[in-house]
Parts: sequence; C-alpha cells; structure tokens
Amino acid sequence: MHPALSVISFTTLSGAGYGLAFVLATGHGNPGALSTKIAWFVALALITIGFLSSTLHLGNPQRAWRAVSQWKSSWLSREGCMCFISYVPLCLLAGMSIFYNSFDLTLGYIGAICCAITVYCTAMIYASLRTIASWHTGWTPAFYLAFALTGGTLIYVGFFGPPTGSRSTEIWIYLCMVFLVCSWAVKYGWSHRAERVGYGKSTMESATGLGNIGKVRLLERPHAMGNYLTNEMAFRIGRKHAQKLNRIALLLGLVLPLILLALALQIASVAAFFTIVAALSFMAGVFVDRWLFFATARHAVGLYYGGDDALMPAE
Amino acid sequence: MTSLPQSTNKKLGLVIDLDTCVGCHACVINCKEWNTSGYGTALSDQDPYGANPTGAWLNRIHTFEVVPDKPKGQGVGEVIGTAGEARVVHFPKSCLHCEDAPCVTVCPTGASYKRSEDGIVLVDEDKCIGCGLCAWSCAYGAREMDLAAGVMKKCTLCVDRIYNEELQEVDRQPACVRTCPAGARHFGDFADPNSNVSLLVAERGGFDLMPEQDNKPVNKYLPPRPRSDLGEGADLGAAHTEESTEGASGLLGWIDRALSPSSKQKEAN
Repeated sequence: MHPALSVISFTTLSGAGYGLAFVLATGHGNPGALSTKIAWFVALALITIGFLSSTLHLGNPQRAWRAVSQWKSSWLSREGCMCFISYVPLCLLAGMSIFYNSFDLTLGYIGAICCAITVYCTAMIYASLRTIASWHTGWTPAFYLAFALTGGTLIYVGFFGPPTGSRSTEIWIYLCMVFLVCSWAVKYGWSHRAERVGYGKSTMESATGLGNIGKVRLLERPHAMGNYLTNEMAFRIGRKHAQKLNRIALLLGLVLPLILLALALQIASVAAFFTIVAALSFMAGVFVDRWLFFATARHAVGLYYGGDDALMPAE
Repeated sequence: MTSLPQSTNKKLGLVIDLDTCVGCHACVINCKEWNTSGYGTALSDQDPYGANPTGAWLNRIHTFEVVPDKPKGQGVGEVIGTAGEARVVHFPKSCLHCEDAPCVTVCPTGASYKRSEDGIVLVDEDKCIGCGLCAWSCAYGAREMDLAAGVMKKCTLCVDRIYNEELQEVDRQPACVRTCPAGARHFGDFADPNSNVSLLVAERGGFDLMPEQDNKPVNKYLPPRPRSDLGEGADLGAAHTEESTEGASGLLGWIDRALSPSSKQKEAN
C-alpha cells in the first residue's frame, strides 16, 4: 500500500496524543502545575494536528464533516465520531487544569476510555479490510493501542513528569521500559504473522478462477503505465528496503530508548534530557514502523497484476 | 446509508465469457466513452498526451497465461489444454456489484451504496470525500479515484442506459455488453433463474472471483472451454500408407520404378 505521509502522521501523532491524554486523564500530573497544563495542551495539539493531517489525503476535504454519518457500518466513520466525542471530556479536563487548577477523576476515566476507543477505531479502519491479509487481524488494534500508550507515557515522563531524581521518576522510567518491551513484543507478534500470511487465502488462481487449468501468470497488464490501483495498492520500495528499515525502527523505537532510560536511572543530573531523547527516538521509530506497516502491505488486487513478482523491484 | 440492503429485488450483473473474449479492448473504450459523458463527473486522464499518461477507467482487460499441468491425451475436446502448452486468457474486469460489498460498508459518508431495487452499487459523487477506503476494501480493483474531481469512480452497470427509454431497446444494456464484437459479455438479472445470464452460468459452470474474500460477487465468469490436443485425432496409420507406393501402375508406376534404387544399386550400397 502507498504509505501516504498524511496517514502515517495522523496515526502516529494522534496515537501519541491520545496516549498522553490517557495518562493525564487517569489522574497523573498535578492539575495546578504548569507542566501539566502544557501537557494537556500538547496532547490536544497532537490529536488535532493528527486529524487535520488525515484530511490532507482526501480528494474533497471540504466535505469531511459527512464522515461522521455512517457509524453504523464504517470504522472510519466511527473513528471520526469518537474523535469529536472524546474532545468533550478531554477539553473539559484540559480547561479545568489550565483555568481552575482542578481535576475530576470520573470525567478523567470517561476521557481515558474515549482515548482508548478512538485509537481502537483508528486501528480497526485497517484491521477490518479483508483485502489486506496482514492487517486483517486482532494484532493490528493491539499494537496500535500498545504504541499509543507507550508513546504517551514516554512523552509524559520525558517532558512533563515529576522532577527527576525522585523515587516517583524511577518508577515511571521502569514503567516506560516495561511498556517499551511489551509494545514491541505485541508488534513482533503482528510482524511474525504478517511475514507468513502473504495474500491470505487468495492466489492468482482464485483471483482469476483459472486454477483448475494450471498455474496462472500475468501475460500482459491492462494498461501501459501505472494507474490509481498500482500507485495506491502495489507499492514497491517498501519491500525492497523492508529489512533495513525494520532494523532502524527497532533501533530507534526500542533499543535506543531502553539504553537512554537505563542511563537516566544511573545519571540523575541529566535524566530529564535522556528521557526526552528516549521519547523522541521512540516516536521516530514508530514513524518508520508505521511507514513499513503501509509500504509492505500486500493488497489482493496485486494478484491481478502478477502478485509478488510484479511488486518486487527489478534488481 | 452505507449499510447493505437485506436483499435486492433484482440482481443485475454481467456474465463474462473467458472463452470468447478476444482481448480487443472495445468494451474498455466504449465504457470510457459512455461514462466520461454520462453518470457523474467526467473520467479524467492525467498527462494524457505526455510521457506518463494515466487515468480513471471503469473496465480493464488483463491477459493471463495458464500452463496446464495435467497429462495430455484424454480424447478430443476433453482436455483444457496440453500439459506444458500455454493457454492465453483475456480477462475483462469491472465492478462485480457484490451482494456483500465491503466498499459500501466502509464508506464513512454514505456516498457508496447498493440499490435495493436492482443491486447496483453506485457512488453519490456529491457526498464522496475521496478518502479511497472503498478502493482499499475492494479485492478486485474495481474502483479508481478520479484525480481531477477527487471522487471515486466505478462501474454503474450503465444505469443511465439500461433504464433509458430515450434509447432503442437494443441499446438498453451496458456499453461494454453492447459493444463487444465477440459476444463475450452478457447482461441480465441473476435473481431470475430463467434469465439469460442464470442459464449461461448453469450451463457453462460460471464461477465467482476470489470466493474466499466473502464478497458474494453478482457478476460471474465462464471458464475457457476444453479444447483438443494439437495433432490429436490425426490417424498415424494413414500417414504410413501415404508413403507406400505398392500397387502403383501406369505412368506413376513407371516413375516409381525409375526413381527407386535398383536391386543392384542396393547391393552396391
């Protein structure tokens, strides 16, 4: 699938924003502290920037408001609805903290649940597609949720957490390390399945119905140049550099943050710096990983264009 | 709403005959011709006269090569082909107007819908935001974004022809069906077991594309007919007797005797 920058930014930024909002909404951070006020602002900004960037890939963004109407059947619509619904408790909570230095735990839990549902809906847009076998699994919402929580927690600890050196900071850093390992373990589960699933049950033989004759090969494609389908569904570069990019994603998203957090535990004087870099590194890793999520996805329509033979770039 | 109708009164669709299609692309061209000036916005092309022309088309013809792997020699007209010898199959592909159409249910705006009266899947272009999710959900690649208008285009089954009383009755069928010079495309109602398309499917063993995707496509494809092996049916015994000159008489007999090596020459050799 074509890895549109707007969709990658949307899923990673809004994911981190909801993760951060989740941490704040579950009662962390002193509502009167400046850092908490800024954190609320940053969470809402990440969510909003994410959603605005998602409208960039629309052919007619001026009609985007219509997207909240079909929540009965469409995960994309559900996600749009949840985005607006979750703004209500999150904006109220942010307002309470920023203007009244206060916090309400009941409203907080409502907000936190809204955050989780919204991220789940985002993931289900992709997980609900039968055409892309690697996405069509419960692992997809699992790792979207895991990355959102880990990203949100890392950003919270890095930028807005309790003063460094305190006992509380140490616990937060250990928690981040656990989240990091767990979320990449979930992602590993997804990748392990994705590498093997290919086109799922579909083959060039089932796509053409000619399997009872013999092995099917594309002799001539229907058009000389590319078209919307080949540009959108049959992306080449992803697979070519997939292994290298996977290692980069793991390095930035898991290894580097773990080392930096371990250092932050040892050297209290620069712990704040290390946790901030760890958070940024994780986000960069997730960004690369999300790029791969799209770029390496095999869409069933590729079978009408010769399957993987057509997708692999000529050496 | 983008929920699918429980059932449709008619199931209008196409039967495409993979045996008959010659891959001439006439249906592709006539589809573009009719639909660029018909339902919805024009079907735009990008860089049409330049180095990298692309555009939105609602019907495309792929060509596949199938190499039979079954052993040969099952009698004339009974094999689908000879093992190791390729069969070329031209493969027209347009929207299959699925009964369980995922392109309809994923649509966030209600632009994509399936009509309860005849089962045709359409896009209301005034509601389409051009998110492309319906194209992602279609296993058949039946939907293409119009990059100029930013809305999704798809086969309408020529809804503006089939009910159009301004046209002569013979023209009230989809442009691709009307134009096919080989008669490889048939239009009709699959809900009627006695319709032309239902009978064709029953007679020729019409099948679904990618049944494992659970879309329940309405359009059906007819398989290539069996054909005989090359040379099968030729009488090898007859070929042998043609070489024999035994019993030749008259002029031909004299020529035969004159040209045949004599018994003396045979011994010398």
